[in-house]
Amino acid sequence: MTTIQNSILGNQSVTRVLLVVLLITLAVLGMSLSLGDYSVPPADIVKAVLGLPTQDPESSFVVVTLRLPRVLISWLVGVGLAVAGAILQGLTRNPLADPGILGVNAGAAFAAVTLIVLFPVVAPMYLPLAAFSGAFVVACLIYLLAGTGEKSPLRLVLVGVALAAIMGAFTTLMLTFGQISNVSIALVWLAGSIANKSWEQLWQLLPWLVVFVPLALLLARELDTLQLGDAVAKGLGSRVTWQRSKLLLVSVALAGASVAIAGTISFVGLMAPHLARSLVGSIHKNLLPVTALIGGLLVASADFLSRTLFPPTELPCGLLTAALGAPYFIYLLYQRRQR
Amino acid sequence: MNATTTNPQRYYTRILSLAIAVLLLLLGIFASIAYGAADISISQLLTAFTNFDDSTEHIIIRTMRLPRTLIASMLGASLATAGVLMQGLTQNPLAAPGILGINAGAALAVVVMVFGFGISSPSLITLVAFIGALLAAIAVYYLGSLGQGGATPLKLTIAGATLTALLSSITTGVLVLSERTLEEVRFWLAGSLAGLDFNLFLTVLPWMIVGLLTAFALSRQINVLSLGESIATGLGQQTGWIKLATASSVIILAGSAVALAGPIGFVGLVVPHLARGAMGVDYRWVLPYAAVFGADLLVWADLAARWLIKPQELPVGVMTAMLGAPFLLYLVRWQVKRG
Amino acid sequence: MENTVLETRHLSLAYEGKPIISGLNLLIPTGKITALVGPNGCGKSTLLRGLARLLKPHIGTVYLHGADIFRQSTTTIAQQLGILPQGPSAPEGLTVRDLVAQGRYPYQHNWFKSWTPEDELQVRKALKTTDLNQLADRAIDTLSGGQRQRAWIAMTLAQDTRILLLDEPTTFLDLAHQVEVLELLWDLNQLEERTIVMVLHDLNQACRYAHNLVALSNGAVMGYGNPADVMTVEMVQEVFGLACRIVPDPVTGKPWCVPLGRQRDSGVNQHNI
Repeated sequence: MTTIQNSILGNQSVTRVLLVVLLITLAVLGMSLSLGDYSVPPADIVKAVLGLPTQDPESSFVVVTLRLPRVLISWLVGVGLAVAGAILQGLTRNPLADPGILGVNAGAAFAAVTLIVLFPVVAPMYLPLAAFSGAFVVACLIYLLAGTGEKSPLRLVLVGVALAAIMGAFTTLMLTFGQISNVSIALVWLAGSIANKSWEQLWQLLPWLVVFVPLALLLARELDTLQLGDAVAKGLGSRVTWQRSKLLLVSVALAGASVAIAGTISFVGLMAPHLARSLVGSIHKNLLPVTALIGGLLVASADFLSRTLFPPTELPCGLLTAALGAPYFIYLLYQRRQR
Repeated sequence: MNATTTNPQRYYTRILSLAIAVLLLLLGIFASIAYGAADISISQLLTAFTNFDDSTEHIIIRTMRLPRTLIASMLGASLATAGVLMQGLTQNPLAAPGILGINAGAALAVVVMVFGFGISSPSLITLVAFIGALLAAIAVYYLGSLGQGGATPLKLTIAGATLTALLSSITTGVLVLSERTLEEVRFWLAGSLAGLDFNLFLTVLPWMIVGLLTAFALSRQINVLSLGESIATGLGQQTGWIKLATASSVIILAGSAVALAGPIGFVGLVVPHLARGAMGVDYRWVLPYAAVFGADLLVWADLAARWLIKPQELPVGVMTAMLGAPFLLYLVRWQVKRG
Repeated sequence: MENTVLETRHLSLAYEGKPIISGLNLLIPTGKITALVGPNGCGKSTLLRGLARLLKPHIGTVYLHGADIFRQSTTTIAQQLGILPQGPSAPEGLTVRDLVAQGRYPYQHNWFKSWTPEDELQVRKALKTTDLNQLADRAIDTLSGGQRQRAWIAMTLAQDTRILLLDEPTTFLDLAHQVEVLELLWDLNQLEERTIVMVLHDLNQACRYAHNLVALSNGAVMGYGNPADVMTVEMVQEVFGLACRIVPDPVTGKPWCVPLGRQRDSGVNQHNI
């Protein structure tokens, strides 16, 4: 590896990794579009996507209206959560950080669950907005309580855990006393699911990713500098507080948007950066794009499996990421040496 | 107490704090017995014990309120003591018995049982919950001990958080799949003291007492352990056994509590901080104080749970969250010095 | 040998999977001060932890008074051998007195607290020897670095062991406090004949205060014996990769290592010491 990497493309192995992951992703996406209740031959997929008439008229509907938005959403959600997780791990200097620890997920969950339980009729329309508001409120609380000063990495985690616990308790309140049918629906959302998502949700999600993922990439170098500790970073000329605020904002935006659309999907923000790190190292210029792609692949795969593992039942996507993530994490634990 | 550590002023302060806590408890017990859905006067309250005459009021007091109050006290004491031990074991001020996977394991076990076999007798639920808690905690402790160094604070915390997340995901998954299960189980999941069978409590009580006695007996050892693994070993302590004994006590205490009344949070998290604030770092004082104050918290919380939305009842688990949450935030904002 | 209290035979120690020491045979003489020196990563801390039974070797073992240290009860060992690891941390709010009292742990056998006059005596003695009586009721985290270190040493003193192992007891202390700690250890050895083994960073301090110097490099002993014999220009070059001159120190006459460095002209003729 060269010591100076001027651009992503300048580093051979990173490019190779990106291409490989991209190819695997396309394969999974293809499978996801093709398989399921209704099998669609690959040729038809291409035709349907391109808007051409397909052999089987149903195919077009299944692919374009039902599956394509869902598949794309799952991929985008994965990208958002993965990048948010990578940023948080950098900010907290803790490779065990995950958007869930910030309580952002819990805030979104509380808002979403409250909406579903109390106002079931309007819920679907305002759900993303509610979830995002919940996430945002929690993020503000965290910012106020943890600040962006010297001790903030630790306080960030602690405040996040505290807020998550509080939000969790209130969510439980909703779940315990709400009307059972509404609570059921709320639970589905909580478990993290991309079922029944349509183009509408895709257009709601896309802007967030289009804006904030590139922003994250631009901030990659700042993240590297912050890793060295406040004193060194300041000595290198970094405006530490300002950079931290920006990074926190990006992370919350990405996590919040993903959770707003797809519910609480756990472990992606934790796993993807680790996987990426083991492939391309910790320099964020390389790490972030690879993390993004791996995250997208993870959730797209989980969504595919959730649909096809036990037909016709659809498992919650979040359950699958947890089922995949937990053992991986335990393995990490075993590998990780005592500090 | 050893002669060299007796600082008269500190000793009397501690005694005073302890006395106040005990007084609060007695007051709470009295208030809890005196207050209820049925209006019963103080004189009737007293005669229920001195001159029992089979009247409805007397029966209510002796068969419903008194048992419930006693249960609340023991539960509170168990949870708080378990919390103190947990925070000592993991050196983490935000640890709670729940992070050993105890609550998650119990919940999953109960949910699976109800899913498979329908709602059943309280004693069966208690048994299943306890087994679930036990298995989960053993798994967490085992996983946390893998690798070098045995059960270090960090590894225990991570293993616990991971397993808890996994088990919760699966629990949510099952509840999503079966609305019937959700309906039957959700009240239990929120933690409640309503309608608890006193005889059931009596079968669990010996466990709690064993757990409490073990904890108090370990207090001196934990004092030594808190100086660090190396120092403790250097002083001749068998740290492996002590840690195991501590974890066992936590499992017995918290496992009994969750088996009996469902997952009740915050007591194990918040009371240890109060206890350490009032009593300092000597576990020989902190543990008894925490037990008394935990009983306090739960008795008053249960009273509030019965009173706030009367004649209906809030689950006590929600009440402890509502009381504990602001306090926790205060702690994190102003008190956190070391991680 | 009867004047060896601690001995290692074929000792092999690994840390985090990496072998640090292999097949080490080392004798620690009774009643003397032994200093372990060497560059970073040479294994001196690992060795000390092995001697204290904190690390279990996969090959070989440590003998205390001729008996295998890993076959004896940890309490028995704790009554003969005390260890002060690097950078210990005390819970917030713990007072000096309480910390020192913890040193009596290996002697408290009864389930119900029993504080004997002997315990009391040892704690008082420890506080007096380390001159901490004024500070006895202060919380450890409010003390200066030097005072804190003295408190930890007092704890190991209260443990009343014939052998004391200390891992870098002077690092992070200012010079005055460094000397204070070393002089205390010297007195403990001279007046009470305690065997002391300490890991030291400062070569010159090691030469001045130790009777026995053990120079380690990459887990192996490169020099062993009297500082006057061990401390040679060749040894320093080989173990530390440092070019130096050895001269007698003006106060005690013990070997004093003066690194050559690159010649920065200060007007002093470098051949003229």
